[in-house]
Amino acid sequence: MIKKVINLGDTALHCDFGDIVNKETNSKVINLFRYLTDEIQKKKIEGIINLTPSYNKLIISYDLKITNYQKLKTFLDNINYKDINFPSKNKVIEIPVCYEEPFCLDLKHISKKLKISNEEFINKHLSGDYFVYMTGFIAGMPFFGDLSKDLYLNRLKTPRVRVPAGSVGIVEQFCNIYTFESPGGWNIIGKTPLKIFDKNNYLEPAMLSPGDQIKIIRISLKEFEKLNVK
Amino acid sequence: MSNNCYLEIIRPGINSTFQDKGRFGLHHFGIPVSGAMDYRSYLISNALVKNDFKVGVLEFAYQGPLIKLHNGNASFCITGNVIFKIIKKNKDIIEGVCNKNYFIEDQDQIDILTTKKSVFGYLSFEGGFVLEKTWNSISTNTKAKIGSNDGDKLNSGDKIFLKKNNIENFKARYLKIDYKEDNEIRVLIGPNYDYFSKDSQDRFFKEDFLITNLTDRMGMRLKGFGLENIKSSNIRSEGIVKGVIQVPPDGHPIIMLSDYGTIGGYPKIANVASVDYDKLAQKIPNTKIKFKCIDLLEAEKLYKNYQQDITKIINDI
Repeated sequence: MIKKVINLGDTALHCDFGDIVNKETNSKVINLFRYLTDEIQKKKIEGIINLTPSYNKLIISYDLKITNYQKLKTFLDNINYKDINFPSKNKVIEIPVCYEEPFCLDLKHISKKLKISNEEFINKHLSGDYFVYMTGFIAGMPFFGDLSKDLYLNRLKTPRVRVPAGSVGIVEQFCNIYTFESPGGWNIIGKTPLKIFDKNNYLEPAMLSPGDQIKIIRISLKEFEKLNVK
Repeated sequence: MSNNCYLEIIRPGINSTFQDKGRFGLHHFGIPVSGAMDYRSYLISNALVKNDFKVGVLEFAYQGPLIKLHNGNASFCITGNVIFKIIKKNKDIIEGVCNKNYFIEDQDQIDILTTKKSVFGYLSFEGGFVLEKTWNSISTNTKAKIGSNDGDKLNSGDKIFLKKNNIENFKARYLKIDYKEDNEIRVLIGPNYDYFSKDSQDRFFKEDFLITNLTDRMGMRLKGFGLENIKSSNIRSEGIVKGVIQVPPDGHPIIMLSDYGTIGGYPKIANVASVDYDKLAQKIPNTKIKFKCIDLLEAEKLYKNYQQDITKIINDI
């Protein structure tokens, strides 16, 4: 299941699930993430302070005062992967997105580059069934995919100093949502009025977690303004 | 003393935030650990005012705050390498000494002028501050706007209330600390070490790196010879921990510090050994540091000894 485990400094294990980034690889990452979360709650393993799932890696960080690399490596080696199965929640989360001015910062340049109209682009983006690979970099920021192959783009040559909070961006097969105003190099296609990160929600501060499924709903500027009540 | 005892922030300082041990188990939501940058000074500041080690303290960088005590007496301590004075209400001035606890009275002021040859200082009060916890920690993360003080730095006019303390039994304590610390930072080889040319690998451990001004609680940008990446200047974004040394396409390393982004996409050449985090965090811009390679077992042993030394210092108080 895990292709390779090495140490990441003296406080973390770096678990590599292979170079291919797709839903299948990521599901294995998330499966182990959920299994370990469960084991920690049942107090079957101690000293782990954070689990960070990403596309094809799981970083397990620990308190060196309580445990160490060798102990956790042995624990991982003894997991019988056939026995663990934490299926994805079947819940599909709907995310409203407004693709209009002034939010669609890069839509014109994208249409030119991909040689399709704005409408075609939006319809293709709306037709996708998306899956959350990971959440992070900044608090609550979801990375989801996969986009239709003909929508793949590189990062902006010059990243923006400020991307507004709520902006929806695309790069390669992935889509993200900026939960805070932040610097960023993703191509911005629109904006959601939803509060994707809510620090007052103790148990689920991030609306979108690894393994969640997403459906994008198109909204007009008027609808955006109605939903965007703070 | 009454529960109405509070500190009036007359001048907030440059980057003053409340910090404790940090918050855990939230990486998958994108929330880093945060916590005191120089953990050792944080622990000692609590110990000197007889607080539990988990009590929140005020961390300041370079220039600290000017504060005035209202509605009661209190006991405080400042750790690190800091120049400060106490201005008594009768205008008498007491030159402050670090690692020593002081008794102050209603209307006295503490003026924290500057840190000396270091970045961070810590102010603790006996009993602790009244602060709101977010996920079991008061640590302020200004990037995610979470933690005490509504996720913000200290501001002029803020009122910070103090918890009840046992000030009637004030007992003076002083700790003589004389760290002899060099500019060598011990590191472990990172997962993408082989992305760099043989020449760059060698020079990484031989040459100096300059700490630049682009350094904050999130990361420390270095300037060096410019590492040559022979594989790819981007990796699939993956989890980050404190101390990871990433190398962006320009070849100049960035060391991730306590308020790191939880995910990063640059190759990781090395990781700072836990034993040297506190030392590194206190290095000021324009300092030249040198990396030394150690292996995992050595890193674990060094950290254990480091912990034992701190425990001994605290137990001797």
